[in-house]
Amino acid sequence: MLSKRLISCLDVRDGRLVKSVRFVNTKDIGDPVSAARRYYEAGLDELVFYDITASSDQRGIMLDVVEEVARQVFIPFSVGGGLRTVDDCRKVLEAGAEKVNLNTAAVANPGVISEAADAFGVQAVVLSMDVKAKSSGSLPSGYEIVTHGGRRDTGMDAIEWARRGEALGAGEIVVNSIDADGTLEGYELTLTRMIAETVGIPVIASGGGGRPEHLYDALTAGRADAALVASMLHYGHYSVNSIKQFLSDKGLKIRLTG
Amino acid sequence: MIHIVDYDAGNQTSVKRALDHLGVGSIITSIPDDLDHAERIIFPGVGHAHSALETLHERGLDVALKSAAARGTPILGICVGCQILLSDSEETDQRCLDLIEGRCLRFKPEDAALKVPHMGWNELRVCSAHPVLRHLRTGDEVYFVHSYYPAPVDDTDVLAKCRYDVEFAAVIGRNNIVATQFHVEKSGPVGLKILDEFVKWDGNAC
Repeated sequence: MLSKRLISCLDVRDGRLVKSVRFVNTKDIGDPVSAARRYYEAGLDELVFYDITASSDQRGIMLDVVEEVARQVFIPFSVGGGLRTVDDCRKVLEAGAEKVNLNTAAVANPGVISEAADAFGVQAVVLSMDVKAKSSGSLPSGYEIVTHGGRRDTGMDAIEWARRGEALGAGEIVVNSIDADGTLEGYELTLTRMIAETVGIPVIASGGGGRPEHLYDALTAGRADAALVASMLHYGHYSVNSIKQFLSDKGLKIRLTG
Repeated sequence: MIHIVDYDAGNQTSVKRALDHLGVGSIITSIPDDLDHAERIIFPGVGHAHSALETLHERGLDVALKSAAARGTPILGICVGCQILLSDSEETDQRCLDLIEGRCLRFKPEDAALKVPHMGWNELRVCSAHPVLRHLRTGDEVYFVHSYYPAPVDDTDVLAKCRYDVEFAAVIGRNNIVATQFHVEKSGPVGLKILDEFVKWDGNAC
């Protein structure tokens, strides 16, 4: 039976690990390579690096980080942030990532999803969606795709976008709730479940994870295949093992590593 | 020295890094002549079987791989490199390498909760003792990403199984060939141990 995955998200700016709350007020919390290695050794299932480097001439630093992680960490990891073209994707895959996370670039140019899927296979393409609840308006699901850390609305319906992303060739979808991100009050379960029940590809819940119970809810009520955590681990409030043991004790299939 | 076959199928550098980590020398090559003199060959792969076969053929690597297999060179196939060792595949009309008799089939789960690709960590059931799997135990989890799975005709070619909708062959092998449907280079310490045993293996299955 397939295990539910615990994934940690590492935000990297100018080669340093940072934690952002709602994509603003970033704080330097260390070296991404040693954090990645520590999580790998602790039994984490997968890693996501999100490059939030502002200036494009600093982007080369991220490739160095990716290469160094690939030399030390033998679990899958993906890289997102600032990837616009298939060529950008190729660079991070060649540096050692398994997957690319497409977000803003895919909204601006959905064709990049299929181009990347054709070039590298669907398993290498993760569609990362930033989503906000929208109580008013005409969106059928009540959830809207946003970009630029939630500062820009797109008018796109979240469910429609998930469906389209899958059709274009995404192999996985990260559902990141901008409303829940950084709150540590739990994942957006309604949204996560809606998307998980719409698509036939794995769905990763993101945004809001603060306690192991939240992951349990995302993986059961939210129907997610994996849950993304950041602060919970980065600040040392929980260990990989304590989260996994909790989920396993609750009856979920989890990969436990001694 | 390990030769890693390069046919633009993606994960050869990940395999090389894992070997570097184990302190084992390796080179990535797309030259058929190199395989003629290889001590051991790793045949990795991600993506489509169809384009993989085309590239192998264009570069003459299909013939070189078959010769190496016939000569007794130890070969490790990984993921797509495992699938196209079989006779054919539901993913393509082309004949595969036919080094192990069988077919590659697509997952077709009736349960909508079972997603395709089968992506993530899943546990193995060891079916047959093999030097390369010396440290592998039933219940060990490894990392899979695939929509097709190998189905050898002969059950004795199945070394370990995994369950996802159906029970499928996760490790196959015959004589000097062993192949994993999962990614040994991304399966943490469990995968690295398989790789480490392969680099010491003399090619005898027992």
